[in-house]
Amino acid sequence: MISILLIIFIISLLYFAIANRLMTYVKILALQGILLFGVAFIELIEINVVNLIFILFETIVVKAIAIPLFMRYIIKKNKITREAEPYVPYFVSLILITLIIVATFLIANYIHDTHLNKIYFIAALSALFSGLYFITTRRKIITHVICYVMIENGVFILSLAVGHNMPMLVNLGILLDVFVSVFLLGIFVNKVGDVIDEGDVTQLSKIKD
Amino acid sequence: MILFYLAGSIVFAGILFINRNAFINKLLVIGFLLLQISYTGFIFVHQNITEATYFTPDALAVLMTATLTIIAIPTLLHRYDYVYKEQDTPGSKGLYYGAMVIFVMALTAGFLASHIAVTWIFVEITTLSASVLIFHRRNAGSIEATWKYIFVSSISLVFVFIGILLLSLSMGDQYQAGMQYDTLTRLAPMLNPFWLKLAFIFIFTGYTAKLGLVPMYTAGIDAKDKAPTPAAALFSSVLMNIGFVGIFRLYVITAHSSILGWVNTIILITAFLSVFVATVYMMKVRNIKRMLAYSSIEHMGIVMIGIGIGGLGYYAAILQLILHSFVKSSLFLQVGHLYKTFKSKEIFAMGNYFKYNVPGAVFLLFAFIGIAAIPPSGLFVSEFYLMIALIKAHELIILIPLLLLLTIIIWAFGKNMFKILFVPPMNIDVNAMEKVNPYETLSHYLLLVLVVYLGFFPPTTFVALIQATIHSLPI
Repeated sequence: MISILLIIFIISLLYFAIANRLMTYVKILALQGILLFGVAFIELIEINVVNLIFILFETIVVKAIAIPLFMRYIIKKNKITREAEPYVPYFVSLILITLIIVATFLIANYIHDTHLNKIYFIAALSALFSGLYFITTRRKIITHVICYVMIENGVFILSLAVGHNMPMLVNLGILLDVFVSVFLLGIFVNKVGDVIDEGDVTQLSKIKD
Repeated sequence: MILFYLAGSIVFAGILFINRNAFINKLLVIGFLLLQISYTGFIFVHQNITEATYFTPDALAVLMTATLTIIAIPTLLHRYDYVYKEQDTPGSKGLYYGAMVIFVMALTAGFLASHIAVTWIFVEITTLSASVLIFHRRNAGSIEATWKYIFVSSISLVFVFIGILLLSLSMGDQYQAGMQYDTLTRLAPMLNPFWLKLAFIFIFTGYTAKLGLVPMYTAGIDAKDKAPTPAAALFSSVLMNIGFVGIFRLYVITAHSSILGWVNTIILITAFLSVFVATVYMMKVRNIKRMLAYSSIEHMGIVMIGIGIGGLGYYAAILQLILHSFVKSSLFLQVGHLYKTFKSKEIFAMGNYFKYNVPGAVFLLFAFIGIAAIPPSGLFVSEFYLMIALIKAHELIILIPLLLLLTIIIWAFGKNMFKILFVPPMNIDVNAMEKVNPYETLSHYLLLVLVVYLGFFPPTTFVALIQATIHSLPI
């Protein structure tokens, strides 16, 4: 069951590569939040109840509902155009994301460690590298925040793979999530929007030598 | 005591946030400084006694906290309108000082943390409070700098978090021992080398955003450029030290494992690249704050070369780190006076500084000697030790290019400094100049004197602390 959820998670990365509207990105984030809820629920059902409730609350309430709603609010409030406007064609992105996933498969097969479930490792690494790739190829500031949340999702999966033994670390990851991604970046997009009309990174390159 | 300190700082910061009265504000800042000083004294007396499970004031922590406290005194006490007089609303003033207090507190706790995840949490808090300080001016430039800083730092800290997870994987069946630094050092020979290497790569890359090395140095440059001068003085000295502490504590762990040679190679490559990048930018940069920021990158490169080379290099690195903090923060504070005089950060718009502000100009001349590591600067001592270490290790392939790059840096730095001091400026409005209070320069001089003193006449406790920091490393 966990494998199915994680494979859907990896497929959502491919969909992200070809999607061309910002709202689709936000919906993909919500979907990933629900998938993470499933994985966390199955994986952590044995640990103590308070911890479990905290993690489940974090995935379903924060990742699947609060962050997507907040992103939607920012997009509406700042009247950001709905096209994602990448620098490279969608087809190229699709090919590159496929290559990233294949590469992580190969890396994961090279590793022999009984403490690590490979599928987690693959999903986490693909999310991390795809997120970094999307950040470099998308033009809008809001997509950078969305990709950051995606990288966070990857880290969450990795911490689940390890965190079976160490719930403290999982909680720390959650702290990072709530603190930075939602709170600061989101509020800041609004600030950028007040000064710069269109949330476009090309306008954030005035400081240079 | 650490809990009392943390709670006290948070209370001070909270009252500063809501307070609107200038006099109470001043009292609160002085109160916080007293707390900071007394806590530094406390950890100096109670070394190596673990408090609240996660905080141990070892020798490195004591050295770094003392450095922080000394630099925090002038940066906090200099008047708020040190640079920009016109925008002095009580609200922004409270926010500024509150963020400053939180920043200093997070740095102190980060230095003291004895658990790898606790260090990470406090570094995260320094990012948050630093972004408030960078955003202080609320114009297009500071928005851009803040955005880049938050974004690059957050990604870097995610890298560090991944590194911590991988480190816990490397512990294998020993995971129940916990991730205290001394536990990890004890377990180091048993850690899985593959995971340990991967963890090192991630944590090292992550902390370079704070330390200011290739590849993540970029955000720090913009931050130092756009932050108010006293905040920039902290960013270019003690904030870099927390990045160093994060990397150094991991380095001590790897030094007891089988991958030390590999780690040293990685450190030497990135450190040398950093010096190279700094040289390239120093030659073309036209903004004095950015020039100083690139000079910090160069010095951190030198520090990390010292760590990578080992032997006498360890001692040189720690000494260089501490002395650089004092010189660079005093220079940044002086930039506030430069800006007040010339109303610009561009070097073209400055000149003939001797005519307008004699104490500041004399200081600038001395500070150039200090930062360029020309005797009697203390940095001369540390760089001299480093060169000896490089020769002893037969690393001429690093030594010769490094000396060449350093020469170019001194030339670039000197060219700009002497332009500011002696060459008449292009077109300036003499009437718009503000007179600088000469007594404000006093703290800058004191920091420089400290550099000479610690470099050439180091007190025995100071040397003992540095040696205690590096005693567990292989020679």
